[in-house]
Amino acid sequence: MGCEDWKLKLDAYVDGELQPEEMRAFDAHVRGCPSCAADALARLQMKRAVQAAGKRFAPGAEFRKRMQERMAAKPRRSSVGFAWMWITATAVVAIVAVAGLTASYEGRERVRAQQVYSEVADLHVATLASASPVDVVSSDRHTVKPWFQGKIPFAFDLPELQNTEFSLLGGRMTYLDQTAGAHLIYELRKHRISVFIFPEGSVRGRLNANSSVTKELSFSMETWSRGGLRYFVIGDAGTADIDKLARLFKSTGS
Amino acid sequence: MCVSRLDAQSDSFEELAMPLFDQLYNFARWLTQNREEAEDLVQETYAKALKGFSSFQLGTNFRAWMYRILRNTFLTSRTGLRATMTVSLDSEEDGPDLAVEGATPETILIERSNHALVQGAIDELPVHFREILLLCDVEEMSYQEIAGTLSIPIGTVMSRLSRARKALRGCLQKQLPTG
Repeated sequence: MGCEDWKLKLDAYVDGELQPEEMRAFDAHVRGCPSCAADALARLQMKRAVQAAGKRFAPGAEFRKRMQERMAAKPRRSSVGFAWMWITATAVVAIVAVAGLTASYEGRERVRAQQVYSEVADLHVATLASASPVDVVSSDRHTVKPWFQGKIPFAFDLPELQNTEFSLLGGRMTYLDQTAGAHLIYELRKHRISVFIFPEGSVRGRLNANSSVTKELSFSMETWSRGGLRYFVIGDAGTADIDKLARLFKSTGS
Repeated sequence: MCVSRLDAQSDSFEELAMPLFDQLYNFARWLTQNREEAEDLVQETYAKALKGFSSFQLGTNFRAWMYRILRNTFLTSRTGLRATMTVSLDSEEDGPDLAVEGATPETILIERSNHALVQGAIDELPVHFREILLLCDVEEMSYQEIAGTLSIPIGTVMSRLSRARKALRGCLQKQLPTG
């Protein structure tokens, strides 16, 4: 690729929007090309200057108070299940923690993975907080799986749960970055665990293909990629339990 | 049953939306360039978002959804209409600008770390450029998120961003002493 082609991608390079392999190729090119290196540096400096200058206005104390009062004036009910409240609160802490992380350009890749994690955590929490978390209510995988036919652009296998502590509650359609996917809800000793399946394209470049377990969001989450699909298992159960369910999925249909 | 569902929703709305308060206000202030209008805009955004929260599509990005409401509210406000009428969006086909030579606004800016200059230049930009620059560089949204927020394709995000940066450099260049 010639210099002119690279120049067209400079902004995407500086914004961390290139695919990982392209990013590596660009890094290599920049090391040997003073013109592109200078241009990239200038753009990065400008980006940082805008970033610093852009954080300019903070709401006044009075306005903040007024808004808080407005929000607090909404009718509330204390009968909202304690568990859901707890889960929602945990998610908010997680979201705030993630927001706090959006600091440096260098940390962008990590932040992007965090964004995916926090979106998945949102999906999990928002669904459980809903009065009707599942659209297909069934413990039978042979009912749940066909329900997704024609609704999502891929097929997947559900594990056999006999002799395990997990039970399937049902499933629903969901979306991640405008991409349709499957959301399955399992129960394990009163813990609800979500399994999300999306085409890998919806998170491409933002997550590592290898299986990874994280506890950073106060939820246990395991994610991996297989056969062009991206799986997430998330819940407030322990990492060992999350991993058990993840293993069941990994051992299906291969 | 119905009531309890609504209330559960407003609780989670508050918990999701309030952490965005500061950054939405910052964005609103940049758009309106006026404190009172920014406060009205944020207030209206929260009211609309709360009202529409039941139709918020799970799985889509909440932050981008809030920004989209704020921006659409702004665009239909008097200030917003005025701001968009004064700028015509040319073709989105414009490519990025080319190499930077010699003393540049960037190097001078970094040396002086002059926020006021950059702020003045951002203020001068047409609103379509101002917003995309802020979403990308200040809010650190991905191109995908920006596309969702502004309801434009990713290709347009890239070309508009490139033009916004070119325009910003132009504004800065004008303000800087030569040399």
